[in-house]
Amino acid sequence: MSITYLEAIREAQAKLLRDDERVFIYGQDVGGTFGGAFKATKGLAKEFPGRVLNTPISEDAIVGTAIGAAIQGMRPIVEMQFADFSSLALNQILNNAGTHYWRTGVPVPITVRLPSGGTKGSGPFHSQSMESIYAHYPGLTVMTPATVEDAYTMLIEAVAIDDPVIYCEHKYLYYHLKADKLPGKGLPTGHARVAREGRDLTVVSYSAMVQESLAAAEELAREGFELEVVDLRTVKPLDTDTVLASVARTGRLLCVGESFPWGGATAEVIARVTNQGFHLLDAAPQRINAKDTPIPYHPNLWSAHRPNTKNIVAKARQLLRE
Amino acid sequence: MLQTAQRTGKPKTKKATPPHERFLEAFRWMLLARTVEEKLVSLYRGGLITGGVYIGKGQEAVSVACGLFLQKNDIFAPLIRDQAGRFAFGEPLVDVTRTYLGSRLGPMRGRDGNIHRGRPRDNQLAMISHLGAMVSVTVGALMAKRFRGEKNFVGLACIGEGGMQAGAFHEGMNIAAVEQVPLVVVATNNHYAYSTPNDREFACDDLVDRAIGYGFEGYSLDGTDLSACLDVIGGAVKRARAGRPPQLVVAEVLRLSGHGEHDDASYVPEEVKRQPFARDCLKVAEQTIIDLNLLDAETLAAWRKEAATQVDEAIATAQKEAAPEGGKEDWSAISTRELADQINDE
Repeated sequence: MSITYLEAIREAQAKLLRDDERVFIYGQDVGGTFGGAFKATKGLAKEFPGRVLNTPISEDAIVGTAIGAAIQGMRPIVEMQFADFSSLALNQILNNAGTHYWRTGVPVPITVRLPSGGTKGSGPFHSQSMESIYAHYPGLTVMTPATVEDAYTMLIEAVAIDDPVIYCEHKYLYYHLKADKLPGKGLPTGHARVAREGRDLTVVSYSAMVQESLAAAEELAREGFELEVVDLRTVKPLDTDTVLASVARTGRLLCVGESFPWGGATAEVIARVTNQGFHLLDAAPQRINAKDTPIPYHPNLWSAHRPNTKNIVAKARQLLRE
Repeated sequence: MLQTAQRTGKPKTKKATPPHERFLEAFRWMLLARTVEEKLVSLYRGGLITGGVYIGKGQEAVSVACGLFLQKNDIFAPLIRDQAGRFAFGEPLVDVTRTYLGSRLGPMRGRDGNIHRGRPRDNQLAMISHLGAMVSVTVGALMAKRFRGEKNFVGLACIGEGGMQAGAFHEGMNIAAVEQVPLVVVATNNHYAYSTPNDREFACDDLVDRAIGYGFEGYSLDGTDLSACLDVIGGAVKRARAGRPPQLVVAEVLRLSGHGEHDDASYVPEEVKRQPFARDCLKVAEQTIIDLNLLDAETLAAWRKEAATQVDEAIATAQKEAAPEGGKEDWSAISTRELADQINDE
C-alpha cells in the first residue's frame, strides 16, 4: 500500500475530525460530495455530517468566521482553494488572528491550509508561495511540509497548537510524493530535519524545494560532492540552530525557496547565518528563489521561473569552487 | 422566505413616544458614557492621553440599546462609538480609563489603546480598526455556540454607514445569512465617514434596503429617540433569539463630535446640524424624563453627580497604576512559548 502527500492531508483531517469534536473544516467546495478542488476533503462531509462546510467565495469572512469560532473554543481548519486567494483574507489572518493573543491574551487556534506553489500551466494566480508574507507578520506559525509523513503529522500538530498556524501544502507534491505508511509521530514543530547528510555544502530549503535540492545532491554526488540538505519544515519558527550546526560542518550555504526573491525565508536564513555564524562561512552564502515576475503559464517559462534541480546544481557547483 | 425591509422613512421630529420599560436604566448608562467620554476629552486636551480619543456623542441611545438586551452568554461586537452599549453589556468602567491611560492592569495592558479593547472571554469581542471585519468573527462565535449545542443565544455587531461600504462587511453579512446564525447588525448612519458625507459613501436610496439583498430582515430607526431605539433594537434581538433570520437595523443620527478628538469636524455644514437627526439623544431623553416626570430634578442631579464621582474614581485608579515597561514586557505574540521564533538580533 502506498499513500500520497494529498491522501496524508485527507487522512490527517479525518483523524482530527474523529478525535476532536472541536474540529470543523470550512472552505470553498470542501463539503458535499465534491470534497475540495484537490479532493483533500473527499468523503469527509459524508463521514462527519455538519462539520465539513462549503462556504461562499468570501475569503475574508471565511477566516473571520473561523477566528470567531476559535475564540469560542473550536478548532477550525480553513481550506483556501489556492494559497493565492488567501491574499483576500490577509486582513483577517494578519490583523485579527495574528494580533489577537498579543492584544487580549486569548489565543486563536485556527489552521489555514494553503495549497501552495507552482504546477505546470497554473499561471500567475494559481501558483503562489505565500510563506514569506505570513512569516513576516507576528503571531503566526508557518509550516511547509516537504514529505508525506510531515504532511500528516504536521497538520495534526497544527490543529493542536493553541495559536494560528499557516499550513502551506505544496500542490506539486500532492501526487508526486508517496510513502508506504503514515507515521505515528513526527519531529516536534519548529525542528528542522537533515534530509541528507553531506560535508561540502549546506542546502537549506523547505516544501517542494527539498525534493529539488535532494535531486541536485544526488546529481552532484556523482561528481564526488556531498551536499547536506536541511529541510526547515517550519519557516517560522526558524530552526537557526540546526542550520548553523550544518554550516559549521560544511562552511558553505545555499538557500532555496519558491517564493519571490525580495526579502523572505531564504533572505532570513542568510541573515541569521551571517549574523550568528559569519566565522563558519568559507564563502558568501547564496540563494535561489523564483524570479521577480509574476508566475508564468507556459511550461517552458514556468520551469525557468522557479528554482529547479538544474539551477540548484549550477549554483552549488559555483559555490563549491569558491 | 425573505421579508421586505420595514421602511419607516426619514425620522421626523415628533413628540416623545411613551418610554420603554427599560428607559431609565438605559438613560443611566448613556449618562455614564457621556460623562466618561467628556472627561476623556478634557484629559486628551490636557495632553494626558497618548493616541486618540473617539467618542460616541450623539449615538448613545442606539448604542445603549445594542448592549442592553444582550445576556452574558451572548456575543457583543461593539465599535468605536459604543461606550454606552459596552457599559450596558457589562464592561467595567475602569477598563475604559485603564485602557485610555495605559495602565498595565487594563484588559489590553498597554498593548492596544482606546476603543480597541475587549474581553473575548466574557463575550465582548475586541474590534480591529479594519471596518467590517468583526461581522464574520461574530458569525463564527455564534457557530461555535451552535456546534456545542447551546440554546437561546444571539450576537450583536455594530457598524456605521462608513463601515457598511467595506468588502469585509458585505462578506460578513452574506455569510451570516448563509449560516443562519442568530445575529443582529446595528448600523448607525451618523452621516460622516470621518469627513466624507453620505453622498460620497453610497448611492442607494436607503441603506436598510440592503437587508433584502443580504437575506436579513431590515428595520430603520430614528437614533435620537431612546424609546424607539429600545423598541426596535430590543425587538430585533428578540426575533434573532427566537430563530428568525438575521436582523439589520439602520439608525440615523448625526455624529456630534469629530471622528476623533483631533478632528474639529469643521466640514459639517450648519444646515446639517439643524436637521432632526442632529438632535442630541441624551438631551432628548432627558426632556422626556422631565416632560413625563419620570424622575424628579433631585434624583436626576444625583445620578449626574454619581456618574461624575464614578468616573473620577476610575480615572484616579488608572492614574495610580503602573504603566507597562519595554524591558519587562513579555514579547511573545503567541501563547505557545516553545514556538516563539528566536531572532537573537538584539
